[in-house]
Amino acid sequence: MEHRQGFLGKYVFSFDHKVIGIQYIVTAILMAVIAGALAVIIRTRLAWPGVGAKAFPPEAYISFVTMHGTLMVFFVVSLALSGLANFLIPLQIGARDMAYPFLNMLSFWTVVPACLIMLASFFVTGGAAASGWTAYPPLSAVKEAVPGSGLGQTLWLLGMALFIFSFTMGGLNFLTTTLNLRTRGMTMRRMPITVWGFLVATVLAILAFPPLTAAALMLLADRHLDTSFFVTDMLMGGKYRALGDGTPLLFQHLFWFLGHPEVYVLVLPCICMTFDILPAFTRRPIFGYRPSVYAMLVIGVLSMIVWGHHMFVTGMNPYVGKYFSIATVIITAPFSILGVNLLASLWRARMRFATPMLFALAVISAVGLGGFGGLFLGTMTSDIYFHDTYFVVGHFHLMIGTVTLLSIFGATYFWFPKMFGRMMDERLGRWHFWLTAGPMITIFVLMHMQGLGGMLRRTYDPSLYPYNEHNSTLRLPITLLAFLLFLAQSIFVWNFTKSIFKGEKAPANPWEATTLEWQAPSPPPHGNFGEQLPVVHRFAYEYSPGEGQADFVPQTVEKTA
Amino acid sequence: MTTMATTESRWTGGLSPFGMSWQKLMMWWFIVTDALLFAGFLGGYGFSRLGSANWPAPSKVFSMPFLTVMTFVLISSSATMACAVAAAKARDRAAVARFTALTLLGGVIFLSMQAWEWAHFIGDGGRPAGNPWGDARFGSYFFLVTGFHGTHVLLGVVILLIVALRARKDRYTDNGVEVAGLYWHFVDLVWVFIFGCFYLI
Ligand code: HEM
Ligand SMILES: [Cu+2]
Repeated sequence: MEHRQGFLGKYVFSFDHKVIGIQYIVTAILMAVIAGALAVIIRTRLAWPGVGAKAFPPEAYISFVTMHGTLMVFFVVSLALSGLANFLIPLQIGARDMAYPFLNMLSFWTVVPACLIMLASFFVTGGAAASGWTAYPPLSAVKEAVPGSGLGQTLWLLGMALFIFSFTMGGLNFLTTTLNLRTRGMTMRRMPITVWGFLVATVLAILAFPPLTAAALMLLADRHLDTSFFVTDMLMGGKYRALGDGTPLLFQHLFWFLGHPEVYVLVLPCICMTFDILPAFTRRPIFGYRPSVYAMLVIGVLSMIVWGHHMFVTGMNPYVGKYFSIATVIITAPFSILGVNLLASLWRARMRFATPMLFALAVISAVGLGGFGGLFLGTMTSDIYFHDTYFVVGHFHLMIGTVTLLSIFGATYFWFPKMFGRMMDERLGRWHFWLTAGPMITIFVLMHMQGLGGMLRRTYDPSLYPYNEHNSTLRLPITLLAFLLFLAQSIFVWNFTKSIFKGEKAPANPWEATTLEWQAPSPPPHGNFGEQLPVVHRFAYEYSPGEGQADFVPQTVEKTA
Repeated sequence: MTTMATTESRWTGGLSPFGMSWQKLMMWWFIVTDALLFAGFLGGYGFSRLGSANWPAPSKVFSMPFLTVMTFVLISSSATMACAVAAAKARDRAAVARFTALTLLGGVIFLSMQAWEWAHFIGDGGRPAGNPWGDARFGSYFFLVTGFHGTHVLLGVVILLIVALRARKDRYTDNGVEVAGLYWHFVDLVWVFIFGCFYLI
């Protein structure tokens, strides 16, 4: 493996999976600052309705909600996971790099313009897209519908197209690498469960994103070639418009065919990284490795055929809804296996409380809380009431917001020493943990309460509606907690930046963990593992194997028969 | 004593479980994802057509004999592609160049016929936004799906051109020819589905 010299080759257009991984993570952090600031602005509006309405009109509100959702899902959580996958997969399976490093570099440099286009869309006439992160027609399909339906929406579609393109290239690399480049002895059943999580998630993404690409192309045609895939004759702004013969329902089907699996694309790797963090701090193997892997495979298959639970109230045939409802409730079975295995991994633990472990424990709570709400949304009868309320907002923030962010934080604290060869500050880490996990979970549980009270989402001024009066008490507390949460992230940014340069030097295996990445130096050199690739002799989680033996046995240690 | 010998199977690591290069594996996954893109289009097409009251009968709009010839040309090019792959395995340089060029020719003929068909369709009044025969989406889907497939064929022609040139200079690898062949077969297979969905039923 040849070294590429110079600053550009080493840090900017690097082919090295570790550098690319860190580039993704840093990009995700930058995007998170923006997406988080949008959340704070949204919350400010909701807490003090009516104040400053001139400066911040309803059109801007819905634009900000749209962009907050889009950026968070695709440009924060997805990018952070791409980064961790890039960094971890080759190291954990004992490979020197991704199968096709050049393509890997290209994936990252395709997502950068995507980010820039998304951000640029705030500054064009009409402002950023305003049709929700779901880009529902007709708001997204008719250019004159609302100000954000103009150039802003076109840029949104362009940015998403580039994102999907990049994600697909990255996914092809992950799959090929995981299947073909495992080192000798690294059977599928010895793989760290994180690699399994990324494997299942990548297959899902590869299968689910293309129909959204199809929908995006059709939407572009509707906007610019006057086709009518997704629009029909309708009243708009008080005028009758003959738009064509299509139906918005088709877009919703194509969108949610992606949208639902995407949730698992985000959540499965996060749950798996949490699985991976736990044993280093419980000093026990994780509980139920194989059932968890099988459960994930079942979830993967089922997640492709439940998308209609987002569409119970859209005018879709109710019998079809019934099918989607039953299929959705079936998913809770394999999902509960994952949750219970997480919890059972704590059984007879010999706990070491370090920051990554604190985050892992909070993830377990969030999985439980979030999964519980899902039951009510998957059941058609109750969803008819809950649909489009803050119950939904609270629920999906617990799953794709809290579970993901908390485990990404945990993973960052955990693998930081491997990335930069230095430890993150433990004291700052704890402050960050308490000021993040606490407010975050509280905010979203409180949103469930407002939803139970009937408060609708995507509402500019909730005080306008008399029926909503009883929901007003929670508005201010939620917003104040959101401020606290946002400010607390500066602790993380400071800790991250400071530790890169000034952190305590990390040994190769600071957490006394068993998997391959910890057998390489911190940070690993170009090519990861010196002259010889490691050979794997045992399961990924051999902690406390028995009386009178070592506390943990790395995967590279030969079995003595 | 190591247990490596006893657990010897394709999945032990250190080798590809399917016995194929990463290039080929990656192409397979690409085909899977691209197939789903077409599935998205065709699914949308089915959804729209089944829910439409005035979808035109394809046989009234398109010339079936012409389309049959078009389809025949493309499928024949799959056969010549298979010959090129076999020749590459046998390290027969001249045959690789010859069969790749033939495949390429098939692709170019197909594209020309498609261009002619588009011209005809447009001449009869078909537009992306509407058409004289019925449901406005009939023409939209026609341009979208055949256009998207045509783009794939065009890309395939470019790839084949590169393969043919490299074969002439003896710079080809049998792996490379095979990967290009996979793509070409896929594009042909997709056409069969499009032919079935758009023109036959
Ligand atoms: C942690 C702090 C966060 C806060 C305080 C927050 C707040 C909000 C609020 C209040 C809304 C609803 C606005 C409305 O419907 O009127 C919203 C929407 C949304 N948020 Fe967040 N959010 C946060 C983080 C996240 C994260 C991490 C994600 C990641 C995946 C996310 C994804 C979304 C999505 C998809 C929407 C829906 C947008 C739409 O309706 O189109 N949020 N957020
Ligand atoms: Cu769903």
